[in-house]
Amino acid sequence: MVTLSVDQNRYACQQGETVLDALLRQNINLSFACKKGTCHSCMVRSADVTPPQAAQSGLKNTLIKQNYFLACQCYPEQDMVIKLPDQSEFYRMGTVVVNKLLNRNTILLVVAFEDAFEFNAGQFVNLQRSDGLTRSYSTANIPQQSNTLEFHIRRLPGGKFSEWLHDEVSVGDSIAVSEPRGHCFYLPERSDQGLLLVGTGTGLAPLAGILTDALANGHTGPIHLFHGSREREDLYRIDEMRQLAKQHSNFHYTPCLSGNDVPDGFAAGRVNDIVFSHIPDLKNWRVFLCGHPEMVNQMKKQVFLKGATIADIYADAFLISSH
Amino acid sequence: MSATLYEKIGGEPAVNAAVDIFYRKVLNDYRINRFFDNADMDKQIAKQKAFFTMAFGGPNNYTGQDMRNAHANLVKVGLNEDHFNAVMEHLGATLTELKVPSDLIAEAAAIAESTRNDVLGK
Ligand SMILES: Cc1cc2nc3c(=O)[nH]c(=O)nc-3n(C[C@H](O)[C@H](O)[C@H](O)COP(=O)(O)OP(=O)(O)OC[C@H]3O[C@@H](n4cnc5c(N)ncnc54)[C@H](O)[C@@H]3O)c2cc1C
Ligand code: HEM
Ligand code: FES
Repeated sequence: MVTLSVDQNRYACQQGETVLDALLRQNINLSFACKKGTCHSCMVRSADVTPPQAAQSGLKNTLIKQNYFLACQCYPEQDMVIKLPDQSEFYRMGTVVVNKLLNRNTILLVVAFEDAFEFNAGQFVNLQRSDGLTRSYSTANIPQQSNTLEFHIRRLPGGKFSEWLHDEVSVGDSIAVSEPRGHCFYLPERSDQGLLLVGTGTGLAPLAGILTDALANGHTGPIHLFHGSREREDLYRIDEMRQLAKQHSNFHYTPCLSGNDVPDGFAAGRVNDIVFSHIPDLKNWRVFLCGHPEMVNQMKKQVFLKGATIADIYADAFLISSH
Repeated sequence: MSATLYEKIGGEPAVNAAVDIFYRKVLNDYRINRFFDNADMDKQIAKQKAFFTMAFGGPNNYTGQDMRNAHANLVKVGLNEDHFNAVMEHLGATLTELKVPSDLIAEAAAIAESTRNDVLGK
């Protein structure tokens, strides 16, 4: 057992317990969202010792030097003095300018900023409510458009953050937005390479950003987008994507439905199966996978076995942590 | 000071290239793929990197005890000499595919071979 000190108070951290769990257990209000080391919303700073290496994995060098670390990934090896960072260090305030339905359970949320918000299309940010509740959401637009960020947010029945965004947040409200994070984005290189984009549900959000970015950069290789859900009513932007496919001869769009009712123009089945019946060999392809964690994890292995190299597979699993 | 095997083979980029080829071979080999059928591919890849860094005698200080522990659960579900031989086969084939000179392949194989008893819990 080691002792954690925060603001003159001391807290026990048990063997096998993370700093985040230890502090939450003792009613310290720390923000967190994924508990997997992905979202970085639980970042804190050690005021004395160097944090364990595993707790700094994925952080920028500048933050590592200052002894910042992820509380959810830290099994402390010795006593630590911990500074809870002032959240304003990492968050900017934006104003909601659009909140409207894209389909029966998904909204389009657009947040505007006074100055440019720098990000790569497809990265995600953490949104934070004034009580500290934090969740990760992917950006759906490209940075060149305006000083805004676009999100697609699905209502999870009983979900604290998504229901709040759907039911209580309206145009004119302000909301705290973190720095952009994640590695799932397009780099303008090897422009003749095939791009495979596979998403389920709101997994379309980052893919829409990546697609717009690739087209804006004049990507010449084939770009295939597969968007899956159970029912037609849970897909969205179908007409827009079809329109885009008409305008760009290298862009191909396949909406996929895994339910029983599959109208003309839709592929029947799970995206996993449909993708490989269209593109059996993925050698030299660049692959983007976003959405349901199970789909993302299975597809990662499958696309690798079909020939994509590890370095060419980009993925964001929309983990929902159980609290 | 003369270059280490790890440096001669090409350091981290060589490890990454080797993992790509090796992991595909392993997942396609019905004799051993059940041992690697873990849902989390990123974790598996991190372990494959550890495997190659070690086989190249690189900066990763595993002890025999660590190798025992890392594979103890696999031994419980039947890991045996045949499986070990299959992995050795894929190691050699991977490095050949990467055009690593044969004397360096032999060095890497000898390092891997030296862990046999620990890996198999003997
Ligand atoms: C990198 C990343 C990017 C993301 N991007 C997006 C995005 O662009 N759009 C988007 O909508 N979401 C996205 N998410 C998911 C998002 O962060 C939230 O997890 C989601 O909105 C739910 O939060 P909530 O507060 O509404 O639910 P919570 O209050 O957290 O409720 C979750 C509860 O529901 C339970 N639960 C888990 N799965 C289900 C299920 N399928 N149905 C019902 N209950 C369930 C859990 O056990 C848990 O108790 C992303 C997640 C990550 C990690
Ligand atoms: C040839 C000699 C071998 C060497 C040098 C070796 C080396 C390693 C190393 C360094 C790790 C990572 C340990 C860790 O940090 O957790 C590891 C894990 C693993 N090895 Fe080996 N290995 C060998 C043989 C084998 C064989 C024959 C199999 C099965 C056919 C195997 C299956 C695995 C698996 C499945 C893991 C991951 C275990 C886990 O998930 O915890 N290894 N090995
Ligand atoms: S990184 Fe710690 S909660 Fe997400």
